[in-house]
Amino acid sequence: MLDDFLIRAALAGLGVALAAAPLGCFVVWRRMAYFGEATAHAAILGVALSLALALPLLPSVLAAALAMALAVSALTGRGYAMDTVLGVMAHTALAAGLVAVALLGDVRIDLMAFLFGDILAVNRTDLAAIWTGAALVLAATLWRWPALLTATLSPDLARAGGIDPRREELGLTLALAIVVAVAIKVIGVLLIAALLVIPAAAARPLARTPEAMAAGAAVLGAASALGGLWAAWLLDTPAGPSIVCVAAVLFLLTTALGALRRG
Amino acid sequence: MRATPLIAARGLSVRLGGRCVLHDVDAEIFPGEIVTVLGPNGSGKSTFLRALIGAVRPHAGRIERAPGLRIGYVPQKLAIDAAMPMTVRRFLGLPRRIGRPEAEAALGQAGAPGLDDRQMADLSGGQFQRVLLARALLECPGLLLLDEATQGLDQPGSAAFYRRIEAVRAELGCAVVMVSHDLHVVMAASDRVLCMNGHICCEGTPDTVAGAPEYRALFGTGTGGALALYRHDHAHSHDRAG
Repeated sequence: MLDDFLIRAALAGLGVALAAAPLGCFVVWRRMAYFGEATAHAAILGVALSLALALPLLPSVLAAALAMALAVSALTGRGYAMDTVLGVMAHTALAAGLVAVALLGDVRIDLMAFLFGDILAVNRTDLAAIWTGAALVLAATLWRWPALLTATLSPDLARAGGIDPRREELGLTLALAIVVAVAIKVIGVLLIAALLVIPAAAARPLARTPEAMAAGAAVLGAASALGGLWAAWLLDTPAGPSIVCVAAVLFLLTTALGALRRG
Repeated sequence: MRATPLIAARGLSVRLGGRCVLHDVDAEIFPGEIVTVLGPNGSGKSTFLRALIGAVRPHAGRIERAPGLRIGYVPQKLAIDAAMPMTVRRFLGLPRRIGRPEAEAALGQAGAPGLDDRQMADLSGGQFQRVLLARALLECPGLLLLDEATQGLDQPGSAAFYRRIEAVRAELGCAVVMVSHDLHVVMAASDRVLCMNGHICCEGTPDTVAGAPEYRALFGTGTGGALALYRHDHAHSHDRAG
């Protein structure tokens, strides 16, 4: 069954969507949409790193994404606003990564595949990596869920309840880096942030509790992945962008539904 | 001497962003007492409470907690992002999941019955503060810390809130430490007052503190009159809500 590239693509999309859903909720709640973006852009630096040092791709991307996430965490609170730091870091990482890859020009590499993903080229090894990463992230998020929620609501409330908010934040950062690293082949560097934010935002008008929002984001994310693949097949459009477009349409629908319900 | 303190600050100094916010603070909180922390803006009152819960690291000195002490904390303000859906009941169950009866009991105790299914974002200021109190009570605290918990409430609202605190203390027997600006309401409801301005300038019963020269230097003599005025109010005009 896994011989069919469409089945593999669908499974890859589902894995990424499931892992991205709860994390995407935290990204939305903590207003760190650009944080996901910066982490994702750093992944291109990871690609360059893996080419330069002939290291395997996944660990290199993971390391670069993680380094970026930690650098941003360290820089904020030192006199710069979060959005400024992210603006500087995200675009620098993307530009530097593209330049670095070009400088290593003797290696033949399809940059477009990293920028926009190539879900139809996902092989069994990729699939195993994606689902291992997704399972890790989901298990960790479930395990830390109450502490993460409390720390997101208020670091002081978390402290009073015996939770270290900085440790929870670090865990969240690590999980984000993992999702970025496994998603890069599926959806690409430029659109990973979209898959984090859009399903979560689309689930918001339908949800009354944080758990419902995370579950809704998972369902909508999965629907976007499958719907996007189907649209790409039908219309002969690039798969990654099609997935994001379907997510955007779902966002419009749920927002309209929410507005109607509110009257 | 009284019993051993629930929590104590010993020579506590805190620096925030290079500025010394608190220095050489020695304070002890004993079981069952209501202590009010008074002081002008920027005097380190909130920082003192945050040091007690461990949210800010002391630059010098230390915080000593009685073993197994549970703290219920009501923050100065809590902004729940509009992007996060949150029912009152779910909020009460953070970080520890609780059942519906438990949630209802805590809301009743905090004077906000029947709010379970409301969204936090739809609550009024007074309801929100009471839900925060209910959440703190669910910790079954030995010590309740309130940081300007009546901010944004009108006079009758905050008076009612403080009466609720006294009732909670009577029911649970917990100690209460609160920061407030409502001088006259708070002082009459406290067993002890800590007057703070970077350090503790004076402390004692409300009467002692109101008469202390350090207190008058901070708040002027007019507020001594406010205490008397409150007494007058208290003796003659009970609020309509009962």
